[in-house]
Order: sequence, then C-alpha cells, then structure tokens
Amino acid sequence: MPAVGRPALMAGSERAGGARRRRRRAWWVPYACLAPAAALLLIFVLYPVLSVFWYSLQSYNPTKPYLNAFVGLGNFQQILTQDPLFRQSLWISVKWVVCEVVLQFCLGMGLALILNSTFRLRGLARAVVFSPWAVSGVAVTAMWTLMYNPFGGMFDTILKSTGLARTPVQWLADTHLVFGAAVTAELWRGVPFFAILLLAALQAIPEELYEAARVDGASRVRAFVRITFPLLRDAIVLATLLRAVWEFNNVDVLYTMTDGGPANLTTTLPLYIANQAIQYHNFGYGSALTVVGFLILLCFAIVYLRLSRFGQEI
Amino acid sequence: MSRTLDRGLTLHLPLLLYVVFTLLPFYSMLMLAFHAGGQVTATFHYLPIPFSLQHFRTLFDEDSFLPYLRNSIVVAVATVIVDIPIAVLTGYALSRFQFRGKTTFMLALLTTQFVPASMLIIPIFIVFKDLDLLDSLLGLVLINATFELPFAAILMRGFVSAIPFELEEASMVDGCTRFQGVLRVALPLLRPGVVAVAAFGFVGAWNNFLFALFLISDQNLYTVPVGLSYFLGEFNVDYAALAAGGVVAVVPVVCVFALIQRYLVGGLAGAVKG
Repeated sequence: MPAVGRPALMAGSERAGGARRRRRRAWWVPYACLAPAAALLLIFVLYPVLSVFWYSLQSYNPTKPYLNAFVGLGNFQQILTQDPLFRQSLWISVKWVVCEVVLQFCLGMGLALILNSTFRLRGLARAVVFSPWAVSGVAVTAMWTLMYNPFGGMFDTILKSTGLARTPVQWLADTHLVFGAAVTAELWRGVPFFAILLLAALQAIPEELYEAARVDGASRVRAFVRITFPLLRDAIVLATLLRAVWEFNNVDVLYTMTDGGPANLTTTLPLYIANQAIQYHNFGYGSALTVVGFLILLCFAIVYLRLSRFGQEI
Repeated sequence: MSRTLDRGLTLHLPLLLYVVFTLLPFYSMLMLAFHAGGQVTATFHYLPIPFSLQHFRTLFDEDSFLPYLRNSIVVAVATVIVDIPIAVLTGYALSRFQFRGKTTFMLALLTTQFVPASMLIIPIFIVFKDLDLLDSLLGLVLINATFELPFAAILMRGFVSAIPFELEEASMVDGCTRFQGVLRVALPLLRPGVVAVAAFGFVGAWNNFLFALFLISDQNLYTVPVGLSYFLGEFNVDYAALAAGGVVAVVPVVCVFALIQRYLVGGLAGAVKG
C-alpha cells in the first residue's frame, strides 16, 4: 500500500512545486490579462482625448481642406471674445445641469427612502420605478413627443377634457415651456439612477442606529438629518458629481426632441459642439470648444470635491 | 389609525403618484401603437380599441425598419461577445493578482466614467476615418465595446472577488493548471456575474445613439435609435408608426432589464464606488 501511495504523493508535491515556480515566473500574466482592455482604451479613449487638444489648435474642416492650417490659440480667442452662442450655450448647460441634478436628487432621495422601508409588492414597485433607467434617450424623446403633441397628445386630451386649456399648448415650440418640457422628460429617465445608488447606500446603514435614536426620542426628521444624511454624504457627493458630468454631456434627448431650438433656447454646449461637427464640419473649432468644456468640467469637479469634503471623516 | 394614515401619506401616496408618473409615457405609447386609428392625428386613447397591428406593418413594410432592427441586434450582441471575455480577463487580473500599476489601472477605469463620450465624437470620428472604420458595424461594435468596458470590468472584478480563491487553489493542488482551474472552477461559478455584465452591455449598446448617428451614414447600417430619430425629424410625423417604433426600441431593453434589475442596486453602486 505505501508503495502505491508514495509515488502519487510525490507527484502531487512535484506538481505543487511546479505551480509555485510557474506563478513566480509568470509576472507577465496579469499584464497579458489587461492588454486587450488597455488596447481598446488607449486607441478609442486616451488617444482621442489627447488628440482633441492638438486639433483645437488647428483650423480643420474635412470638407474644405484648402482652409486647414495651424492657427495656434486662434480658435480659443474666437470662442472667448466673438462667440455669443458659446456663452449662451454654456449658460443653458449650467441651467440644464442644475435643474436636472437638483430635481433628480430630491426625487431619487425620496424614492430611495420609500423603497427602503418594508411594504407589500416592494419588489414590483422597485422594478417599475427603476425601469426608465434602461430606456434610451431617443425612445424617451419618442414617448414624450407623443404626450406633448399639441393636437391630441395625452396632455392635450386631458387639458381639453377638463377644460383647463381651450387652445392647444405648444409644449415644444413655446419659448416659455420648451426648457421645462425637456427637463421633465430627462427627469423621468434620470431619477432611477439616484434612487438606485442612494438605496444601495441606505441599505448599508445599520438599523441599530435608528433604534438608538428612537430610544433617545429623536423624531424621524431629526434621525434623517443626524444619521442618514451624514452617512450618505460620500454616496451623495459621488452620485451628484457623476450625474452632473453625465447631464452636462447628455445630448440624446435634446438633439432629438428640440434640436436645440426654438431660437437655440435648448442648445447646450455639447449640442453646440455636435452641431459644429455634424452640420458644419468645423472639427478644429469644435475641438477647441471641447477643450474648453473639459477644463470647465475639471475645475467644477475639483472645486466640488473640495467643498463637499469628499472622503474625509465626518 | 393615525399610523395607517401616516404610512398612507408618507409612503403609499407618493409611491403611487411616482409609479403613475413612471408608467404614463409607456402607457400613452402602447395605446397609440396598438390602436387602429391615428396615423396623422395621433389622438391619445385610453384603451387600444379597436386593436390593430397595422402600425407595425407600416413600420416594417413602408418605413423599412427591419434592417435597423437587425443592425441593432447585431451590434448589441457583438458588443457583448467582444466585451465579456475582455471583462472577465480584466476583472480576474484586478481581483486575483498583485502587480505594479494595478492601482493606476483601477483609477484609469474609474476616470473613464467621467470622460464624456458625447464630447469626443470629433476625435473619434478622425480615428475611425484613419482606421477605415467609418460606415461599418464592426467599428460601431468596437466603440460601444470600449465605452461599456470599464463598467463591465469593474463589475466583473466584484463578482470574481466573491468567489473564494481556495476553490481554484484546490483544483491546482489536484493537478489542474491555473488556466484549467479558472476554466473549470471559477468560470461556472461566475455565470450569474457574466449574465449581469452581458445584460448591462447589451442595454448600453442597444441604446447608444450618438456614435451610431455620427459614425454611420449609410442608411442600410442605421440602428433603431438612429432610425427612430429620423422619424422624429420628419415634417409630417406618422405618430402611430413612431409609437410602434418606440415599442420596438423599448421592448428588448425592458426584457433585459427584468433580468438584471435585482443586480442594479448592488452592482451599479459597487461599480461607482469601485
């Protein structure tokens, strides 16, 4: 019996030793694993990000090659001194981001608190409330355009049948209404993001803290201000920052719903850039606008993280 | 009694209102898409009576929507097929190995979440022109795969970390090579994670609009969102066909969403936090 056992044991230890040797020798294995991901990110993210700085110094239009030239900081000079549409689109971007982030956060926070308590059909309620997260911007536009349709859309039908409005309301053509209409449609899609993130953060707070507060006679509002909010701070800062960047760059809904109109009242900076690129092929000028947008976002992110004391002890 | 009232006012009522707000756009679209009338007027109906599938027939026969649907399916499925092995490799390396540059790589992955894809269309267009990838579904697959990858990799890292390394070690002691250990022990356990990552990638690629709009000009290669956007841009919109197109665009993601919604709370939050 031992004679049979020994070779097997030896073989086993030999193999284990071999594995150890292999592991020591194979320092390159993790790098090989990362190589495909790194290659894709280098070609399609890092190189474009870096090259946009180079193109921003050029006059570059693929349809007018005779005008292509190095112009130094000329594009930036034009942006900052002679481009009223840049200033207007930046202002609309700021308005758009503030409205979206504040409203999405407030509604998402409320929903997260509701969905964190126990009640019947909670799973179903969560699934329904989160569902707009999966809908594309173009589909959002399709749905809301149908509802905003001034001749027989859902809002029109309801307003007429209740007698609240006699003439059709031009939700997407009225200069006073278009911004709010677009904000509402995007809000519908954006709230689930906050609800999901904040719900995850809420679930990490131990129930004992609330029990202790209850024993001490604290009200629910007080418990929220003193326990929930401080413990959620990092999650809130990260979620609002991520969302602010995301909404700043969001073009799907605005491009398809209003195309920046009427009278450029919904033209945000990325939409302005997209139009420069798609309609006028001004790649150099569009790149310079992109660089300005990058720098604004970067400054915003740094200031925001500083002011919110992200990651510091409470 | 006051407790019931309290719960009603702070829980049931606001939740009910929000559920109605969430469902209204779906509802109005479905009613329009399945109601017999309404090509030109697009009148809202409370019920789809008389019921009809003629708007879908219009969509596929007259508006040639079928190729768009096929392109979207090809792009979304291929994006997932490209992304899954890369995400598994990346997630495995980040979870199991200690090596130089690991933190930097993690940080780079997280940073990409802040890189605005929509503002990069100009340089990406130029890269695509240089690589001869314009007007090709392959190009669309590669760019979608790239922008879905960081999130997929971060998510996968979490799923790999949840599998005890001792299982792989045991298989290696039993004579497997490391690769065999991963293949036979870790990968089968990773299946729910793979399904979740695949579903996230599918939703992202299916919904992508800007790359498809900007990098594809051949109408035969349009995807569903691009086709839908040209509907919206038309002067005389056939609202009923638009509603039918919206249903086609939304149904696949809603199905996939049902599959992954239980991963949303943990997965999305974990990936954002790192």
